Amino acid sequence: MHVEVKVPEFRVPQAQNQLEPANRRDRNPADTGSGGRSEGHSPVRRFLLARGNSAFTDMGFHWLMVLCALSIFGIVALIVWELLKGSDLAWANFHFGFFYKSYTDTYSGQTSYWDPVNGQFSAVPFVYGTLVSSFLALLIAVPLAIGVAIFLTEMCPRALRAPLAFLTELLAAIPSIVYGLWAVFELVPLLRVDVNPLLTRYLGWSGLFSDDNPTGLGFVAAAVILAIMILPIISSLTREVMTAVPHSQREAVLALGATRWEMIRMGVLRNARIGIVGGIILGLGRALGETMAVTMVIGNTPEIHKSLLSNGTSMASVLANEFAEAVSDLHRSALIEIGLALFIVTIIVNALAQLLVWAVTRGAPSQAH
Amino acid sequence: MSTGQFHFRSRMRRVTDVAVTSLAILATLIVVAPLVAIFGYLLYKGTASLNLAFFTHVPAPPGELGGGMANAILGSAILLMLASAIGIPVGIGGGIFLAEFGRGSKLANAVRFTADVLNGVPSIVMGVAVYGLIVSQQHSFIPFSGHFSAFSGGVALGIMMIPTVCRTTEEMLLMVPHAVREAALGLGVPNWRSVLSITVRTASPGIITGCMLAFARVAGETAPLIFTALGNQFWSTSLKDPIAALPLQIWVYALSPYDDWHRLAWAGALVLIVLIVMAVSLVRFVTSRGVLKGTS
Amino acid sequence: MGVGIEVQNLNAWYGNNHTLQDINLNIPANHATALIGPSGCGKSTFVRCLNRMHETNPIARVTGVVRIGELDIYSDAKPVEIRRRVGMVFQRPNPFPTMSIYDNVAAGLKLNGYSNKRSLDEIVERSLRNSALWEEVKDDLRKKSGASLSGGQQQRLCIARALAVDPEVLLMDEPASALDPVSTSKIEDLIFQLKSQYTIVIVTHNMQQAARVAEKTGFFLNGRMVEFDSTHKIFTNPSDKRTEDYITGRFG
Repeated sequence: MHVEVKVPEFRVPQAQNQLEPANRRDRNPADTGSGGRSEGHSPVRRFLLARGNSAFTDMGFHWLMVLCALSIFGIVALIVWELLKGSDLAWANFHFGFFYKSYTDTYSGQTSYWDPVNGQFSAVPFVYGTLVSSFLALLIAVPLAIGVAIFLTEMCPRALRAPLAFLTELLAAIPSIVYGLWAVFELVPLLRVDVNPLLTRYLGWSGLFSDDNPTGLGFVAAAVILAIMILPIISSLTREVMTAVPHSQREAVLALGATRWEMIRMGVLRNARIGIVGGIILGLGRALGETMAVTMVIGNTPEIHKSLLSNGTSMASVLANEFAEAVSDLHRSALIEIGLALFIVTIIVNALAQLLVWAVTRGAPSQAH
Repeated sequence: MSTGQFHFRSRMRRVTDVAVTSLAILATLIVVAPLVAIFGYLLYKGTASLNLAFFTHVPAPPGELGGGMANAILGSAILLMLASAIGIPVGIGGGIFLAEFGRGSKLANAVRFTADVLNGVPSIVMGVAVYGLIVSQQHSFIPFSGHFSAFSGGVALGIMMIPTVCRTTEEMLLMVPHAVREAALGLGVPNWRSVLSITVRTASPGIITGCMLAFARVAGETAPLIFTALGNQFWSTSLKDPIAALPLQIWVYALSPYDDWHRLAWAGALVLIVLIVMAVSLVRFVTSRGVLKGTS
Repeated sequence: MGVGIEVQNLNAWYGNNHTLQDINLNIPANHATALIGPSGCGKSTFVRCLNRMHETNPIARVTGVVRIGELDIYSDAKPVEIRRRVGMVFQRPNPFPTMSIYDNVAAGLKLNGYSNKRSLDEIVERSLRNSALWEEVKDDLRKKSGASLSGGQQQRLCIARALAVDPEVLLMDEPASALDPVSTSKIEDLIFQLKSQYTIVIVTHNMQQAARVAEKTGFFLNGRMVEFDSTHKIFTNPSDKRTEDYITGRFG
């Protein structure tokens, strides 16, 4: 078979700028370079050859970094150990009863849960308060957060997107004490004067909104401030998983003649739902552990009432309020046990949220910024 | 299906579409409103109460006018320096491990997961743990242990910084193009040197802002300080004594019955917020400008 | 001066993917050797085995013997030491983005602990001259960052960076594939000049380029080296049918 091979022409090198041989000034011309160890090398090469392989330093550095990473586990171990150690007195006294028992006051015959003077402790009102305020907060925050996320990803004019995203980010960075401050001086008076009477008038029949608390503090106030605080978390995560939904999904639905809402519902929300649930659970985790803002507005009364307008308390706020002043060992130990319960619950909730979010965002293209 | 029905359906669909759109916009407005309210109120109240005395005086005794939060500002500064000294190096180290050594390994995944979960642990629990470790009893191997102290407060904040710094460092390092690492390795630069002088240095704007963000976050933390640093109405710079901190002082003042103290609380909150807004904007600026993208 | 490279029974894997199979080859000192072949044929993997960059990927594995000069690089020395003797230029220009032009060139020395400032100045200038970049950048050596240069300039900067450590071997992994024709021809001129002093191994998918710069050419296909001979022979009278098919453009 005849093959016509095109032979490329070889270019003759022109003597343009000749290589400067300066770095070879002490080279023995007879040395072809094949194998000479250190004789006949330029100073630079000799220097580099004399350099060790720094395997030892590399090893040290590697292990130092591993140690830093392991400190994360160390922190968890520290928390677990200190909480277990600190709470064993309360545990020895109350066992699981700590989480369901109530006491009857011998004089008044009233039900009581938390009586540091008589050494009677039960976590019931705190668990109740934490759960009620957190779920109430989710009830307020979730629809709003999803609405915001939809607006930001699907409808918002490009020019508005960055500032709004920045604002939500900012909301997430405001310290809880500042929210609390605002809630005490602005939100609570607003609720007391304008909102709570309305709730009582129209929803009072349900028994959830009775008007026997003139302070404006209580579960509703706590839930509102919590909702404001967890909104950015939920909405930014929702936004992230929604942008991670590939464009082809949207186009596929739009191509069928769907309206924008149908496209969002079928093309985006359905694909992002696991991630959205993850974001909601993450928000729940934050709400459960939120301390300062809640402490400032929940009223701090270890009682259980049906009315959401009544004063209550939460696990985190009782720690903030009483821990530094607890004098008896049993009192402090009971508080630490509440801390332990709070820790376990938030760990579980956060781990769950993290797994859900990971399940969604992993594998998705990382253009979700 | 008759055409009438069809038209009705398509009108319904359009109505739903408009309704949802307006609901989404409404939700956004409802969310933006409190933010604007908080900032507006903070600026209004804060600037009105901010004066030189705020930065130079210690709190006045209850009932007396005037006074400032100089001791709390100084206290916060001391606590934060201690916290940064603990949290930043360890956090960066952990981040380096995640991005440079442990990529894809089981250990790295476990560390990453634990760090994320730890980020969600309530700060008050962190306070209880540090209380148990340092404050509740005296240990020979822990300095200043056995009582409330600035040291314990700094440790609590420092521990809280570690997971945040660790994760942002990792993220920033992952933004450094792989080609840059290869270039360093190709020159025969030892690994530790290439990590520190090339990868970390390339990512340093991002890492620094990440640290600032973690710094700003713990600067506003109150809960872990309540039973570690405790607070102090007087000047104190010693690590072994209780120390004042801005957020703690805001808390005390906000719940006090005195208008004058309320004003100081607002001023303190404004100072905190300014610090945080600056940090957040910086992070936004650095990540959006793609300073780290490097080549091409 | 460059040294020769001797490769015996080299095998390499990425995970379960056997990317190089039984490579045997002698690369002559102080010449340019081109490696050609369709993409994915293992030629890049091969050069990365010559300075032990291949193993920076955790799933990669190598067996066999590679001798650079008299040094068996897989048993006599650590990767760091090998890479100081074997410079590498990558497919995409990869200057250190945060460093000035000067620091980029000096990086290999500085980061290895070389601190003689006078001598560094000299080396930087010489390396930039040898990579034909000096005239273009001499006025803002310390002002401009390496990333601010054009693509072709960046690649010459990377060559200067590799030359600054005075390597014995220079590996080039498709150094011009990301560049425009003008920059490409500058790089080719450069290789032409450098090859009298360094052993150059250049991977390219561009057969013209191989023909222009290299004395020896190896043809890779599916992880095997099909043929290795003088460039002239490969391009005019290949002994293997597959080589012939490839250079006449029948496939790949």
